[in-house]
Amino acid sequence: MLKQCEGSHAVAATVALCRPEVICAYPISPQTHIVEGLSEMVRDGTLQHCEFINVESEFAAMSVAIGASAAGARSYTATASQGLLFMAEAVWNASGLGLPIVMTLANRSIGAPINIWNDHTDAMSMRDAGWLQLFAENNQEAADLHIQAFRLAEELSLPIMVCMDGFILTHAYEGVDIPTQEQVDAYLPPYEPRQVLDPREPVSIGAMVGPEAFTEVRYLAHAKQMQALDRIPQLAAEFRQQFGRDSGGLIRTYRLEDAQTVVVALGSVLGTIKDTIDDLREAGHKIGVLGITSFRPFPTAAIGDAVSHVERVVVVEKCFAVGVGGIVSRDVRTAMREHPHPIYAVVAGLGGRAITKASLRQLFLSAMADELEALTFLDLDHQAVNRELERERLTRRSGPIAENLLRDLGVVAARVG
Amino acid sequence: MTATVIKFYQTGTHTVGNRLLDPSQRSVQADMRRTNSLNSGHRACQGCGEALGARYAIDAAMQACDNQLIAANATGCLEVFSTPYPETSWQIPWIHSLFGNTAAVATGIAAALRVKGRSEVRVVAQGGDGGTTDIGFGCLSGMFERNDDVLYICYDNEAYMNTGVQRSSATPGAARTATTPAVGPAPGNVFGQGKSLPLIAMAHEIPYVATAIVSELRDLEAKVRRAMEIRGARYIHVFVPCPLGWGTRSDQTIAIARLAKETGIFPVIEAEHGELTAVSKIRKQRPVEDYLKPQRRFAHLFSPAVNTAAIAQIQALADRNIRRFGLVDAAAAAGAE
Amino acid sequence: MEKPFAITLDVGSSLANKTGSWRTYRPRYGDRLPPCNNACPAGENIQGWLYHAESGDYEQAWRVLTQDNPMPAVMGRVCYHPCESKCNRGELDQSVGINSVERFLGDQAIKLGWKFAPPATASGKRVLVVGAGPSGLSAAYHLARLGHQVTIHEAGPLAGGMMRFGIPKYRLPRDVLEAEVQRILDLGVTLELNTKVENIEASMQAGGFDAAFLAVGAHIAKRAYIPAGGAAKLLDAMQVLRGMEDEEKPMLGRRVVVYGGGNTALDVARTAKRLGATDAIIVYRRTREKMPAHDFEVEEALQEGILIKWLSTIKNMSDEGTLTVERMELDATGFPQPTGEFETLEADSLVLALGQDVDLSLLNGVPGLEVEGGVVQVGPNMMTGRPGIFAGGDMVPSERTVTVGIGHGKKAARNIDAWLRGEVYTPAPKHELATFEKLNTWYYEDAPKTVQPTLDLIRRQSSFDEVVGGLNETNALFEARRCLSCGNCFECDNCYGVCPDNAVIKLGPGMRFEFNFDYCKGCGICSAECPCGAITMVPENA
Repeated sequence: MLKQCEGSHAVAATVALCRPEVICAYPISPQTHIVEGLSEMVRDGTLQHCEFINVESEFAAMSVAIGASAAGARSYTATASQGLLFMAEAVWNASGLGLPIVMTLANRSIGAPINIWNDHTDAMSMRDAGWLQLFAENNQEAADLHIQAFRLAEELSLPIMVCMDGFILTHAYEGVDIPTQEQVDAYLPPYEPRQVLDPREPVSIGAMVGPEAFTEVRYLAHAKQMQALDRIPQLAAEFRQQFGRDSGGLIRTYRLEDAQTVVVALGSVLGTIKDTIDDLREAGHKIGVLGITSFRPFPTAAIGDAVSHVERVVVVEKCFAVGVGGIVSRDVRTAMREHPHPIYAVVAGLGGRAITKASLRQLFLSAMADELEALTFLDLDHQAVNRELERERLTRRSGPIAENLLRDLGVVAARVG
Repeated sequence: MTATVIKFYQTGTHTVGNRLLDPSQRSVQADMRRTNSLNSGHRACQGCGEALGARYAIDAAMQACDNQLIAANATGCLEVFSTPYPETSWQIPWIHSLFGNTAAVATGIAAALRVKGRSEVRVVAQGGDGGTTDIGFGCLSGMFERNDDVLYICYDNEAYMNTGVQRSSATPGAARTATTPAVGPAPGNVFGQGKSLPLIAMAHEIPYVATAIVSELRDLEAKVRRAMEIRGARYIHVFVPCPLGWGTRSDQTIAIARLAKETGIFPVIEAEHGELTAVSKIRKQRPVEDYLKPQRRFAHLFSPAVNTAAIAQIQALADRNIRRFGLVDAAAAAGAE
Repeated sequence: MEKPFAITLDVGSSLANKTGSWRTYRPRYGDRLPPCNNACPAGENIQGWLYHAESGDYEQAWRVLTQDNPMPAVMGRVCYHPCESKCNRGELDQSVGINSVERFLGDQAIKLGWKFAPPATASGKRVLVVGAGPSGLSAAYHLARLGHQVTIHEAGPLAGGMMRFGIPKYRLPRDVLEAEVQRILDLGVTLELNTKVENIEASMQAGGFDAAFLAVGAHIAKRAYIPAGGAAKLLDAMQVLRGMEDEEKPMLGRRVVVYGGGNTALDVARTAKRLGATDAIIVYRRTREKMPAHDFEVEEALQEGILIKWLSTIKNMSDEGTLTVERMELDATGFPQPTGEFETLEADSLVLALGQDVDLSLLNGVPGLEVEGGVVQVGPNMMTGRPGIFAGGDMVPSERTVTVGIGHGKKAARNIDAWLRGEVYTPAPKHELATFEKLNTWYYEDAPKTVQPTLDLIRRQSSFDEVVGGLNETNALFEARRCLSCGNCFECDNCYGVCPDNAVIKLGPGMRFEFNFDYCKGCGICSAECPCGAITMVPENA
């Protein structure tokens, strides 16, 4: 049933259809309405056989999910930004223990400076935590990915983060087709845990593993994620068959057939990029798009195949690794070992900065002319950063960087937060 | 005290069992069919109080719920010595997640059981004093506050033993640890710091809070049994001497615990919904020196010179416990004078 | 379930880790010798029989008791219970009332008619026992249970010896004595009364005996030279006490003076009181502290109105019954010295209670015998210098009590048994003593001793009813359970409970415990927390 609704509500409604049994919630700012929606459904009886637990921290939220999942319950939580970092230890633990928890990550930046807006810094901080990370392009896909995530997570006994852009998707009203309970039930079987805490068959979970077996445990975690590279396209295909639409998969290409230049990105920015590409195509440029849906496991082979014919790659990423540069672009490079074309890393949209078609168009034109630096910060205010660098060079006590920049830009500090 | 007082002149209520008692009145530990939830082959040090306390408590809990028990365990000695790959000593469904999240993991297990309609299966969470009073405190307080159906058992050996005896917020004043060395003008741990988790638990007004001690098995078992009769958040704080960390002889584990109670250092109490309901009286009151002297962590109080000021401070704390909780029977005290 | 590798483990797998290899000391169960057992002249396994009494199995308790002593009802009345003086519980609150429990068991046996099991096999050997006192009866009993045919030759008209002719009825009712004697005879022991053995070798030969045990006692009263008028009534204690068993009771008069400081003196004085004496006075040359009589007997006598003149000796007695008494003074060594100060006492009779001598006439002409100080010398095996002739009780050097006599009888019987088989009896080695420091008394609840009821004073002064009452079943059980079981496991389950490694195996009721050395790390908690000190830590390589 097509509904005009907020992204958060679409996800809440869809998660509810997945029959979660334990939901834990901590409202760290930035908050979304997902758990609020679920809380209401549990309270009013729409969502039955589900425990909704208000916990005291994100760390506890993931920990409750760990306990619940280990005891055989389909467990769900949602977080973002600082919250993800506060639960970081438990995030690693959940994957290490092989617990199929599904978590929505409403992608936001990470402070300081404190910033509540969208980028992918939070997700990238946990990219090596052993979770699968699926990125949604729009609210429909965000909702659909949860259905697939529960099935995949439980099949593999590994946790999955469904990443959707904070604000841009979570707070955006779009038409979303919310499936029926029957449809979801047909696609998603009840949770059959691989291991469970049960007095009928006691086991000890979470042993201390020393050098004699730790490498093997880590290898097995990797091997399981590699299995997902096969299962994700299959599940997407099955999903298409049952729900009649494309959602999920490893990667999504757009106008890539004869492209000489390919733009790679994750998440909602793909929409703006596609619009820009449409314009450039009309102007005769051979440029296409590759969206990565499964960032973990990283679809190295799929990407390699998809871009084998292109001459250059532009990776637009909402994150970067301070001191090195692009994050996604480095992974893309590994996919292109066979094709040593230039790869341009473009850091864009940090802390919620709008990524405009105009800026992208200019960027892609430069890229196609091979005039880009290896690492570009889209729309960077060079004047502002240079002023600050100069200030720091001249004065020992140069003051707080963020406040200085805001003052330089004429933004009143008090309005932030 | 909820322990049934069995007037038994030979060994009284104090031994583990007694062939002359009706089997129903014997302790769980006296039972040949006790579960040995924490089984042989674990790697705890010789004379480990925590290994003993854990088996006492979990066996009692197992009996109370007809073996329908799941445990969540914090990182620490108990976890490390019981489950090094490829061997586990636990006979019950058991999970170790992290150091600081045990109460929350247990909440999750309880939620899962509730949603699955398995109300007969009960949940315990357990950890050492570090995992309880320090790093796990947030999750524990949350579990208490939500009144989740979890029995949390803290095995308090008054420092971080697994990592080499560092101070925790349960370390007593003057005690030497690796991070409160016995050097300088005020050697050992600082006085006036630390917290009483049982009192904090009581402040949450949870249905049940108790302290127990490995030297009083029947009392400990009665408290676990009482706790298992109740639904909601419950907390039992068990005092477990650590021969390694305290510098005591491995055969003195129970004797030291006994002295902790008989000096008033460790009050053995019970509370429901925030109200103190019972205390276990001191049988034969002793000065704190008797408790401190056999422990190397307090050796600097006696050598090279006797630190009377510090000992007096510790005695004052014990006396305060005695006053505060009424640990000495008024009649007995009068008789002793 | 298919478990994730390494992080999820099968329960019970730690049993593969044999932590016993850590051990440098190992616990060892070893029964230590309880101080009561060690102190018992009859060699009773007191802790052993109390163990059964604790569980209310009085018959089993009695059976264990009577393995060493066939006369618990008598013993429970007349024994001076040195066991209680050594009882570790005395250091805790008060010693266990062992004697009162023993009496309860003895009385229970009489009441319920418990019998001794007859011997399994007959040895075909014949043993002559001379004297049916405590020692002789004890020897007869033990010999009979060992399968030998026993005949007792008793010079007197009744069995019991000093139990009958030396101990007043108010301390030992005669029906009790007779019941316990009869039970011994029921084992097949032949008792020939009024049969004085004049010559032991002749009697042995005549009866075809393979061995003999002599226990004729010490019945000849010692006399002190006291100048006395011809009309003065001067008797000895043996005459009085023996006379009490006759139809005609001794005529002592209203004012009776007893001379001596032993238990016999007290017995005579108390008897005199009961026979109607208004004044029963004991004259003793030293102080109460130095008096050989047991303090509780002195106390009971004083309660009954007996007067005692301390530090006094009797110099003479006139026809009219006036006694001249000299006051004494203790010198620096505690020995009484005359002061030259005299006083007089009026008495209808004077009874001398100055001890007894042994009638050794039956040994005349027996080669190899050694007599010293009026008593027969025996070896550690109770055998005299004449092979096959053993002796015990008051006629050999020892403390003269019923209990010692009974102990002699047992010891002699075991040695005779071995000797008859051409062997040497070697008693089982004694365990290390379970001293108070070996116990962990924390575990014992405080419980004061049960006070036995006593007869009211009026009846004590006027009748020969038994003074001290027995325990009933409830307080006998209480008293038995006060036993600390020193040095002997009583299955309190402490070791089983306190082991952090579950390395103590409980074998079930009555079967005690075992250590599982696969896992025992040797921490020693079991030993430290054993209430009764039955576990010792020994070096691992020992």
